[in-house]
Amino acid sequence: MLKKMLGTAAVLTLMASPAAADIKIGFVTTLTTPVAVIGKDMRDAVELAMEHIGGKMAGEDVEIIYADDEFNSQKGKQATERLVLRDDVDIVAGYIWSNVLLASAPVVLNANKILISANAGPSPLAGAQCNANFFNIAWQNDQTPMALGELLNQQGVDSLYLVAPNYAAGQNMVAGVERTFKGKVVGKDMTVWPSQRDWSAELSKVKAAKPDGVFTFYPGPAGPAFIKQYQQAGLEGQVPLYSVYTLDSISLPLFQKAGMETVLGTKMTQFWAPDLDNAVNKKFVADFRKKYGRYPSFYAAQSYDAIMFIKSGVEAMSGDIGNIDGMRAALKKADFDSIRGDFSFGNNHFPIQNFYERTVVKDADGNWTTAVGRAVLKDHQDPYASQCKM
Amino acid sequence: MDYVLLTEQFLNGFQLGIILFLMAAGLTLVFGIMDLVNLAHGSMFMIGAFVGGTITLVTGSFILGVILMIPAMLVIGMIVEMTTLRTLYPRDHLDHVLATFGLILFFNEATRLIWGPEGLVVPLPQFLDGTVALGAGITYPVYRIVIIVIGLAVALGLYVLVSRTRIGMLIRAGASNRTVAGALGVNIPLLFSIVFGIGAVLAGLAGLIITPITAAQIGMGEDVLILAFVVIVIGGIGSIRGAFIASIVTGIIDTMGRSFLDVFLLLFLPENAAESAGPALSSMLIYVLMAAILFFRPQGLFPPKGAGG
Repeated sequence: MLKKMLGTAAVLTLMASPAAADIKIGFVTTLTTPVAVIGKDMRDAVELAMEHIGGKMAGEDVEIIYADDEFNSQKGKQATERLVLRDDVDIVAGYIWSNVLLASAPVVLNANKILISANAGPSPLAGAQCNANFFNIAWQNDQTPMALGELLNQQGVDSLYLVAPNYAAGQNMVAGVERTFKGKVVGKDMTVWPSQRDWSAELSKVKAAKPDGVFTFYPGPAGPAFIKQYQQAGLEGQVPLYSVYTLDSISLPLFQKAGMETVLGTKMTQFWAPDLDNAVNKKFVADFRKKYGRYPSFYAAQSYDAIMFIKSGVEAMSGDIGNIDGMRAALKKADFDSIRGDFSFGNNHFPIQNFYERTVVKDADGNWTTAVGRAVLKDHQDPYASQCKM
Repeated sequence: MDYVLLTEQFLNGFQLGIILFLMAAGLTLVFGIMDLVNLAHGSMFMIGAFVGGTITLVTGSFILGVILMIPAMLVIGMIVEMTTLRTLYPRDHLDHVLATFGLILFFNEATRLIWGPEGLVVPLPQFLDGTVALGAGITYPVYRIVIIVIGLAVALGLYVLVSRTRIGMLIRAGASNRTVAGALGVNIPLLFSIVFGIGAVLAGLAGLIITPITAAQIGMGEDVLILAFVVIVIGGIGSIRGAFIASIVTGIIDTMGRSFLDVFLLLFLPENAAESAGPALSSMLIYVLMAAILFFRPQGLFPPKGAGG
């Protein structure tokens, strides 16, 4: 009840006055609650992208209208409704959380507008509920953990314990690992999301199960908390911890400040890393660090990509974004320089792309970041694409 | 089911109960003695974590952080009481809820302005950051044992304070009949400020000692606050003894539910259903307990004697 009241009271009024912009893009992310730190990273990246393109696409002025989902699917849906109905935006983008995206997608798609996910990749939208107007510029939830499952096979892990939050993305992450991991899953705990922040009971169970490895997924501030408790429980050094979307450029500086050296060397998988070697990414990371004084997270990278992706569509149509069929066809080509290098869209409008091994390291200046390793999965398509009739 | 796991889970539940007790003790004192519904108690939990955490990071000593947090929270609590809450006592509970809810928003936003949205990670000193063998194959994090010890010490201290000291006598007098105590020369406003300050210190202590485990976050007190309300309803409003017993029971039930309910459900349900029903049911367990207690014993398990509230 308290949360609901908090949410209502914190309704954000970032809606800009209807300026004379020619192209209006709604960007839904989390700007309040503790996970706002992710939303801030995304907004910073969008602002950087706007700076890089001079606030224009195909010569027309672009306005970004940010909206807050308050880390809540119903609030996210309402924010989306305001963007679509009141602000009449041309394109809606953003979305960190799978549950928020699932609740909000029908609003945009029923209005026959383009929807672009800059993070969330829930399985329904990749499979049976795929939609011609929906594009995902990040990944499908299962893909990164599938790469991790492969990595575990290569590292000779025979038994695995899974701990993840019990919501759409958490379930996809666990399913993803189980899809490729060839060893035995000795235990699985799905915890209450987002309120549970103490995992003493789960970690005691891990200790009793004595697995070769532990897989986890805790996005946002929950990640550092989980990893700290993992160390305090004495599991660090005994059972290697493998994670997806848990250690990133947002949490690593916190670990560095607290001097928790054991995080260094931890392995994960991802489609991108700050040091991924291509011209666009180098420029993005360098300019982001110059402007904000920190490494961009993958959330930021995807958000930057989302704006560049929209720009490619708008320019292919010479600014005629009212032509939704044309826009769709132009976007489908993914004809732009992405921070991840070349990729293409599958039939379900999710990327077919590489997934790399990533390791936590110190950079030349002593900052903690992640370094990209070899590709674990090449040109990988998500497992739900076959259920999509497009 | 092996006893090592069972013992560890029992300790985990006990440790969760201790944190709940530190929260609930202040809440029940303020609710029982001052008749004030204080939603902002969760904010005290958060402020304790941020203030103590900052002191820890600046001085490099967690122990110093804990020690200096105590006077800081006493002062903050008393200021909040004197500036805001004092005007609310004659009003009804709905006004309390509204005003203290406003305080939550204020403190959350103030914390965001001062510390930023990303929160605070507080490291543990080396000697607390490890595990200890308790014999019979049981190893347990040293720090969680420290939490249990601190909590028990606070419980004992509170018991002595309330039942053996002059200020405790005044608190009890103020609780049973505010007007008569005032007429006999007890400085009720000062007494209430002190009680509120003590509550703030306890909540702040709970927030700070859990921070090395979960990290300090804006709004971190709100989930704990809900559990603390459950605890004081179960224990009987105004009763510290009730809060203590109810906290431990709640902590253990919650932890045991999280640990063993899914295994238990597997006996009757298919794997998928058990996996998703397990966490859902275990998070409901304590509310089921509260509902049952409200039904059979609406005044709680240990209502204070002669509570005039």
